Amino acid sequence: MITTNPIPAAFSPKKQRWQFPWVWRITVFYLLVMLAVPIAALFSRASSAGPLHFWQVATRAIALSAYEVTFVTALVAALINGVFGTLIAWVLVRYSFPGKRFFDAVVDLPFALPTAVAGLTLATVYSENGWIGSLVAPFGIRIAFTRWGVAVAMLFISLPFVIRTVQPVLTEMEKDVEEAAWSLGATHAQTFWRVILPPLMPAILTGVALGFSRAVGEFGSVVIISSNTPFRDLIASVLVFQSLEQYDYEAATIIGTVMLLVSLAILFLINLLQAWGRRYAER
Amino acid sequence: MRSVKPSPTQEKPWLHALLIVIAIGYLALVLLIPAANVLFQAFHKGVLPFLENLLEPDFLHAVWLTFALALVVVPLNTVFGLCAAWAIARHRFPGRTLLLSMIDLPFSISPVVAGLMLVLVYGRNGWFGGWLQALDIRVIFSFPGMVLATAFVSLPFVAREVIPVLEEIGTEQEEAAKTLGANEWQTFWRVTLPNIRWGLLYGVLLTNARVMGEFGAVAVVSGNVAGLTQTLPLFVEDAYKNYNTESAYAAAVILGLLALVTLVVKEILERKTGIKPNA
Repeated sequence: MITTNPIPAAFSPKKQRWQFPWVWRITVFYLLVMLAVPIAALFSRASSAGPLHFWQVATRAIALSAYEVTFVTALVAALINGVFGTLIAWVLVRYSFPGKRFFDAVVDLPFALPTAVAGLTLATVYSENGWIGSLVAPFGIRIAFTRWGVAVAMLFISLPFVIRTVQPVLTEMEKDVEEAAWSLGATHAQTFWRVILPPLMPAILTGVALGFSRAVGEFGSVVIISSNTPFRDLIASVLVFQSLEQYDYEAATIIGTVMLLVSLAILFLINLLQAWGRRYAER
Repeated sequence: MRSVKPSPTQEKPWLHALLIVIAIGYLALVLLIPAANVLFQAFHKGVLPFLENLLEPDFLHAVWLTFALALVVVPLNTVFGLCAAWAIARHRFPGRTLLLSMIDLPFSISPVVAGLMLVLVYGRNGWFGGWLQALDIRVIFSFPGMVLATAFVSLPFVAREVIPVLEEIGTEQEEAAKTLGANEWQTFWRVTLPNIRWGLLYGVLLTNARVMGEFGAVAVVSGNVAGLTQTLPLFVEDAYKNYNTESAYAAAVILGLLALVTLVVKEILERKTGIKPNA
């Protein structure tokens, strides 16, 4: 602490806390208007249905099948991206090959490309006479306008998450530990499972959770590539949208509330995973 | 280095090659082939039909509306993001982690649910519905509602990118400026802002990309009327569903260009700052 100079008035600890009062006012006001009020409106409208009625609407057969399509497909997509994302991150960090910078930059495409465009082009490429869809059509596999299409759209939009969370951890990981394992006689497989994978695990799981969260909420690309048929490839977001289009505000509100609660649970899980990752990094 | 076993650092070259091929193959299947397909579909009948599609009045209106939305929402979320980042990075207070998670909330809420929430607040039967009707203000199915929806889904980006930068630069320079007699505004303008400019630009860039590309939330609150409340992403879907594939792809190319510009500027900013996306 400086003791010789008189401390300027604006610097006294009491005032420092409120030196930018309007900054706080803007932050709190904006969050209230944008977040708190809409969420409160959703919950209050949903609770006005009464618990029994809420349960009935939330567990209608069409809603249950929509949750199943949404959550199971999103989980499968996130896990597939967990495997391939880790592999891609590994290749991008450890190996050098021509065009590496290009592939590294292209990974962010799903963040930048509007989802409607993604849905449009995926539907074309994976349709029966599209570039990739026509290759599997002879085997009787249809991708676009089926649940496979939903999975492809979810793979697309959740791809960057694992790569971008694993990359920095891999970059920081010292190669010495691996070399030590090797010189002690460990095989490649042993080194991978015992030395490389454990410190990467928190990052991989965080990426999978982030990708899952994004895939569950995804609307634009899925609505285009899916046929939106109930009990087949209808996802929860589209069900909410269809209910709104039919002015069935009650069903939309109740299913929307279920989705919001699931998002909150995933957000909580992601925070836990990130805290775990930080602890791992500090050790 | 001489060891009994071949040095594992030069592990088998075929394994390298195989992993690289799998990685690029997967990226191609999921990302690159679909991206190339946008260009192919838009231009495969030639450049002239493509240009003709771009002169449709509904398309031009959608372009204009998309830019208008960005012009309103991006500054709004930039100011808020800066305020929130400052409040969170420069102060320790109870509930700080909670506030941080709250800011992240729009990322995990489905855009359709976000739109629904706005309808429940500002719609005809919503909380403020009667009140707004008495004042003769339309929010849902018009521009203000679309502003709210896109502002909601792109809310976290600026704060998310600026907070880590603010934390990293520390407070020393700001305190030095203050002891030299600078007021709050001068300190912010001359010391803090130049320090965070790349992180801030990065956040603004991501905000802009999300605002211009948002589909779900806008689809719910806009009513999706061609030539009136239709943004470019809505135009793409509408044209596609009406078997007007050519103009759907023409509009998709314009949005694809936006993605391309975003990626290029991102790359430049990443080289300047060394930050990597985490959103």
